[in-house]
Parts: sequence; C-alpha cells; structure tokens
Amino acid sequence: MEKIAVSCEEPSLDSPVDPRFGRAAGFLIVDPDTLEFSYVDNGSSQAMSQGAGIQAAETVCRSGAKVVLTGYVGPKAFQALFAAGIKIGQNLEKMTVRQAIDKFKAGEVDMATAPNRMGHGA
Amino acid sequence: MIISIASGKGGTGKTTVATNMAVSLGGDVQLLDCDVEEPNAHLFIHPVINEVKTITTPVPDVDMEKCNLCGKCGEICQFKAIVVIGETVLPFPEMCHSCGGCMEVCPEKAITETGRELGVIERGSRNGLEFVHGKLRVGEAMSPPLIRKVREYARPDVLTIIDAPPGTSCPVIASMKGADFVLLVTEPTPFGLNDLKLAVGAVNILGIPCGLVINRSDMGDDQVKIYAEKENLPILMEIPFDRKIAEAYSRGEMIVEVMPEWKEKFLKLYQQIEEMSFHKNH
Repeated sequence: MEKIAVSCEEPSLDSPVDPRFGRAAGFLIVDPDTLEFSYVDNGSSQAMSQGAGIQAAETVCRSGAKVVLTGYVGPKAFQALFAAGIKIGQNLEKMTVRQAIDKFKAGEVDMATAPNRMGHGA
Repeated sequence: MIISIASGKGGTGKTTVATNMAVSLGGDVQLLDCDVEEPNAHLFIHPVINEVKTITTPVPDVDMEKCNLCGKCGEICQFKAIVVIGETVLPFPEMCHSCGGCMEVCPEKAITETGRELGVIERGSRNGLEFVHGKLRVGEAMSPPLIRKVREYARPDVLTIIDAPPGTSCPVIASMKGADFVLLVTEPTPFGLNDLKLAVGAVNILGIPCGLVINRSDMGDDQVKIYAEKENLPILMEIPFDRKIAEAYSRGEMIVEVMPEWKEKFLKLYQQIEEMSFHKNH
C-alpha cells in the first residue's frame, strides 16, 4: 500500500496527530501494512513567517507519501498537495497517529476536495 | 524638498496637517497620500481627478513546455512564492515580492513576467495643488510597492508633502525613507507619547531631521513636552482642541477654510521646516 504521512507532535505511532499541517512539529511516514515508519522533522516550517504550508507540502512530497492525514490544511498547502497528486484526509486531530491510520485503513476517512482552513491557522 | 508627515499613533491629525499645509502654500506643491490602505486626504482636498492608472507588480508565469523541473526557482525564492512539486511548478503570485530571482536562475528560460494588481493610483489637482493617492486593491497584502509607485510622482522642482500611514512598520518606512524632513503629529496623551517614541525611533534609524506638531494640545498631560525637550525635538506647532476646528473636520472642511488666520500658522510651520532642513543639508 502507498505510504501515508501523518502530522505528529512526536516521532511515535502513539503521538497525538498534530492538528496543524503546515506548522506541524513533524510527519510520521508510515507503511500502513507493516506500520513501519520513518520521521521527518518539520520544525523549520514552524519558524517561517509565510509559506509554512507550502514547505510542509514539499517535505511530504519528497518523502514519497501519497496520502496525508492531519487536522487542518490551509489553502496554499492544499493547492500544493493537490498539484503533487497527494490525497488529503482532514479533521483527524484528537487521536493518535495509529488511530488515524486505522481509521484510514477502515475506509472511514473522507478524502478532502477543499481546504478546511483559511491561511495562517484562521 | 520632501516632507513626510507621520505619527506612530493613528488619528492624531496627519491628514489635517498635511492638507492644511499643502493648501496654505498654494502653487508648486504636491500632496501625495501614501496611506494607500485607507487614503482620505481627498476628502478634504476635493481634487478633480484626471488620471487613473492600474498598478501591477511583476510575478512569475511558468511555461511548462520549457520547464525541466530542476527546482532552482523554488530554491532561490525566500517567500515560497514558487515551488516545484510533483511534476509541476506552482507559483503563488500573492506571496511574490517581485525580486525576479526565479526568472534569473531558470536555466531553461521557462519563466516570464506577468502582473499582480497592487491597486490604482489617481492623480488630480485643486487650485494648482497637485494631488496623487494610491488605493490598495482589496485582498492585496503588501502596500509598500504601491507606496513606492505613488512616490514616483514626486517632482524634484516642487515641494512634495507626503501623508504617511500610521504605525512604524514597512508602509511607514516606505513613506518616510529619502524624505528631507519628517513632521510627527502627536497628541498629549500616554497613548500618543508611547507611539511617538516608537515613531521617533524609526525616524532616527533613517537619519532624517524631524519636528513635532502637537494636536489637541490643550488636553491630556505635559509628558509629550517633557519628552520633546529631553530628546531635543522641536515643537513646531500646537493645534488646540477647538470646537470650530472639530466642526470643520466633521464636515470634511479644512481649518484654513473656516479660520483663514490659520493659513499664516501653516506657512510659518513650513518656513521652520525649510530652515531646519536647510541647516541640516548645508
């Protein structure tokens, strides 16, 4: 199965999903079949005054993931992920990375067709 | 000569001072309203507008036929305004600062210029006074590029009075930089003093001579005067809290229209500025 990038607060399957996509602490790049994962730090995006979402989208794209699971995605990040052909599952905050992946595998995550946040977390 | 009228705090009377001084001086004067987010000097000047120009700033347009996805454009951009992602290049024109870096580094010459609208500039006149203002497009995040375009109308052979926006950040700097004198309009309140100090800090960094106008000068406390004395800031004019002035303002009229004796005071204000910037430059 294709790899999944989940925004996370810590490099662990039991980390809470970071609700923010662009300014997430990092991403867990997970193989949903084996649950093997690697961690990509996204700390540099947190320090950016603008373009954090776009940079995070680049990071996810480079990781080879084809699906993003997260809380909120802003308009520019959405556009960038969409251009890269990466599918987006939103509103997955308030659960762990493992729970988000289980939900995705069970077919319970609707893939987004539009961003669910205005820019700058508004 | 260029005089920028600034304040730090909003609502202190920048536009009142700018418009009254400009009208008092009459001919060979330009008034540039650089408060492009909310221009309002025209409400007092009532200029006849005879030129309207849409202003754009260059942003990249990518020809995917030529692009080899090398990613150099995205690497040089400090604002994430262009990004190579997947099999495509995505420009974000609203984030572009028009530096031209992406066009410069593209080895395939795949990037050309297109325009993002910044707003419009209107130019007109009233009794020999030349009037120019910029109106920022709703949704446009950056005002300094439009402010700089308004300032391009400044002619070296006449006196240019700039009505600056409030604050101390980029739009204000864009409205003060390169001026011969900055006139800071303040009010004698703790709020006025706090923001005056910030404005003086900005003017000092730019190294421009400055002086004060204290508006509603008979209200509040004496802390602004104490500060001015300590900092060697000359108080060039005081405008009292006068019912007649307030009434005129509320009807969109200028002080010098309803109280012609004020014309002398605004002329004297200008003369003091002229002397101070003369001494600075000679």
